[in-house]
Amino acid sequence: MKIIIAGGGKVGAKLTRMLSAEEHEIVLIDSNSKIVGEALNRYDVMTLQGNCASVEVLEQADVGEAELLIAVTGTDEVNLLCCLTAHYMNKAIHTIARIRSPEYSGQISRMRETFALSMVVNPERQAAREIERLLRFPGFLKRDTFARNRVEIVELQVNEDSVLDGLALSNLENVAKCKVLVCTVLRNGNAMTPDGSFVLKEGDRVFVTAPTYNLSLLLKSLGILPRKVKKVMICGGGRLSYYLAQLLQKSGMGVKIVEKDHDRGINLAKQLSKADIVCGDATDWAFLESEGVSQYDAVVALTGIDEMNMVISLYGGKSGVPQIITKLVHMESNVLSDLPLGSIIDPKELCSNIIVKYVRSLTNRDCAAITVHSIADGQAEAKEFRIEKNSKYCMVPLKELHLKKNVLIVCINHGTELVIPDGDSYYEQGDTVIVVNSRQNIVSQFNDIFEY
Amino acid sequence: MNYKVIGKYVGHILLIESILMIPPLLISLAERQYRAVVGFLVAILASFVVAMLLRVLCKDTKKTFYAREGMICVGLCWIVLSLFGCLPFYISGEIPHFVDALFETVSGFTTTGASILPEVESLSNGILFWRSFTHWVGGMGVLVFLLAMAPGKERGSGFTMHLLRAESPGPDVGKLVPHIKETAKILYILYIVLTIMNILFLLFGGMPLFDAICTAFGTAGTGGFGIRNDSIAGYSPYLQNVCTVFMLLFGVNFSCYYLLLLRNVKSVFKDEELRLYVGIVAGSILLVAWNIKDMYATMGETVRHAAFQVASIVTTTGFATTDFDLWPSFSKAILLCLMIVGACAGSTGGGLKCGRLLLLFKSLRRNVHQVLQPHKVQVVRNNGRPVDEQVIANVNAYLAAYVLIGLVSFILISVDGLSVTTNVSAMLACFNNIGPGLEAVGPVCNYSVYGVFSKLVLIVDMLAGRLEIFPILALCTRSGWKRR
Repeated sequence: MKIIIAGGGKVGAKLTRMLSAEEHEIVLIDSNSKIVGEALNRYDVMTLQGNCASVEVLEQADVGEAELLIAVTGTDEVNLLCCLTAHYMNKAIHTIARIRSPEYSGQISRMRETFALSMVVNPERQAAREIERLLRFPGFLKRDTFARNRVEIVELQVNEDSVLDGLALSNLENVAKCKVLVCTVLRNGNAMTPDGSFVLKEGDRVFVTAPTYNLSLLLKSLGILPRKVKKVMICGGGRLSYYLAQLLQKSGMGVKIVEKDHDRGINLAKQLSKADIVCGDATDWAFLESEGVSQYDAVVALTGIDEMNMVISLYGGKSGVPQIITKLVHMESNVLSDLPLGSIIDPKELCSNIIVKYVRSLTNRDCAAITVHSIADGQAEAKEFRIEKNSKYCMVPLKELHLKKNVLIVCINHGTELVIPDGDSYYEQGDTVIVVNSRQNIVSQFNDIFEY
Repeated sequence: MNYKVIGKYVGHILLIESILMIPPLLISLAERQYRAVVGFLVAILASFVVAMLLRVLCKDTKKTFYAREGMICVGLCWIVLSLFGCLPFYISGEIPHFVDALFETVSGFTTTGASILPEVESLSNGILFWRSFTHWVGGMGVLVFLLAMAPGKERGSGFTMHLLRAESPGPDVGKLVPHIKETAKILYILYIVLTIMNILFLLFGGMPLFDAICTAFGTAGTGGFGIRNDSIAGYSPYLQNVCTVFMLLFGVNFSCYYLLLLRNVKSVFKDEELRLYVGIVAGSILLVAWNIKDMYATMGETVRHAAFQVASIVTTTGFATTDFDLWPSFSKAILLCLMIVGACAGSTGGGLKCGRLLLLFKSLRRNVHQVLQPHKVQVVRNNGRPVDEQVIANVNAYLAAYVLIGLVSFILISVDGLSVTTNVSAMLACFNNIGPGLEAVGPVCNYSVYGVFSKLVLIVDMLAGRLEIFPILALCTRSGWKRR
């Protein structure tokens, strides 16, 4: 597919990397010639230097032939104008714009209609939603949903006194009291695909597939008592904090926002009537103590600086806050996986994943995955496929299939019924199937999962 | 430095080379010239074995590499390619000295066309075919060929861009389409189609098939190895004119043809480099024709010879229909200048390239204006678009390196005691990948007058000229080879 990406910032670069790896023909436009040159050296794409909203530049990018335009420059207005111009030049083009200013957030759906945008992404808002989901089920480090939010792959940490420590996976069903499946275990930084004889150890990070309605039962039976989150401390008062505070208030949680800048604090106080806004430095230990950080159920570090967020999270963990969420934008999260930073959120990564998902659904004609999540620090991927007419081995019990090494079928959705499969399960046409594979053997179509 | 990835690419290149030697092997078999057969068999086996060895040794490596690896890789690939490519000449005994065989091969791959053979008609057909074939392979570049053929696994990274950039001529190498593999494919398809057209036109003029193929290879790569002792002079005027036209066509930037295919005629006609190229060619033909009008019987003959020689030199091919060493000095001076000018960027020709000349002239003009109006802010434009300052800096650095290497090699080859004109023209002809020079290395003479040392210097010159200096310079630096 021919795709134009406008803006080579973090999201733009990430999209360029992911989409060019999927063999799309990409033209990247950025006004900074350094960014453009770097991208040309790194990815198999064509680049253009210039203003992406100008007709001349879009013409050079061959917008008439392109199927999709993704506008992810730093400015909302430029993104919008870029999509409008492209749509004016090519009526058939799909357009995605990143719009993140809270002032526009109320009019997104109207803008989408009038400006004929295919999709509007708002990284901060998406991240806020993700954080809210995590806070609803404390105990999981990460939740990835499939099959219209009915199945999830959740990440758990095996702690010292956990029932999971020393447990063989064949025994898991008895302990969990519901049917779940461990798809990947991350031990010492290496992702492994376990079988029934695999024994969990302290320090492992476990990725479990379970239907959403079983999550609370799972938490309870694993002895991870879901202490309901009632009070949240948010450090940093940016856009993301605003969206998050709004969402949390709606679900009835108490929110305190710590913001350094006084004017910004006043602004937030104007916008959020119920939240406590305090003005101070969140990296100051004494200050956090005086605000009673240890009394909170969760600390969410969302300042603009990664290092500060890490410090805040470490403080929070030290003072015994059970749930920690850290925003990290510029760091490779797998380098830091040993630090007790709790769940790590990267709004830009979330945003690019959503866009990539959309692109995949556009190209879905050739049996590509419907949903893709990267799990285990990017060492494994979970993908949801629809079983088509040409999919192999329909109606054959799974134990008779020869899957490639490190590939696992973790869930079969048969109509309204969710099946966590065992050896006798099978799939048929019309089902969707979730497959987890490690990074080495890249699966792009469903039929790729078989050895032969 | 990722040695393994370089080894892997060298292995790929050798594998391709061993496959490329199969057609000449078959020709030798058909002609029952068994010494040549032995030569090709040994060469194919040797390169195949080394290719497989490299493949096994460099099996598991990260696929990523950077500008440095790209430079070293291209330089090394071409040297290895030449070393193995000269084996058929040497082993078959048709060129008894190794350095001579190497000179001939490098001259072939770099599309120079400078020969050390006093006469070529005694060579067997397989060897002659290989000699011309090296031109065709070297013209568009082997690594570009590799990129076009690379299997799907190598996709998804732009790192191979470093290879395309290092091997393709021109100050600012770009892609035609987003995927590098598609770009390389388009280039090769254009190249093959043009070559076939050339062969057909030659066949139409009554040239024998073998001659037509070899001549077309020499023309397409802008090489210049003929298969007759008198180059093209023995063929009919029609055939000579066909050669003139096709030489000029192969000297045009290939992206122009791609634009033509996309029916973007306007931007082709507006291309400043193409305009300069056409202007230089037309002007030189007129001046030379006027200058030599007394030497030939008719006006038509005069223009034909003038046009052929100008085309041959400016595209850095090096075919000849007449001994231009006998022409008056004014014509010879023009030809010497054309040697330096060279063809368009992104063509198969060598030389400094019209595009680079254009940028040099524009930046010079800017600097002059800067002296007169110190506060004026100026941007150099090409085809209406501003040119990146880095590109201009690179062009200036290229000129400096070009002059320096030219001077040094001129001094080095002067130790053989030949005349200054000979040495200057030999250096220019090799460094710009043309072939024939003046006086002792003129169109009817050859490079066997030089000693072993000078031949080695000229070999380096040819490689440096074809790869545009920097990959060869990179091979000579310590930091290029250092592990990170």
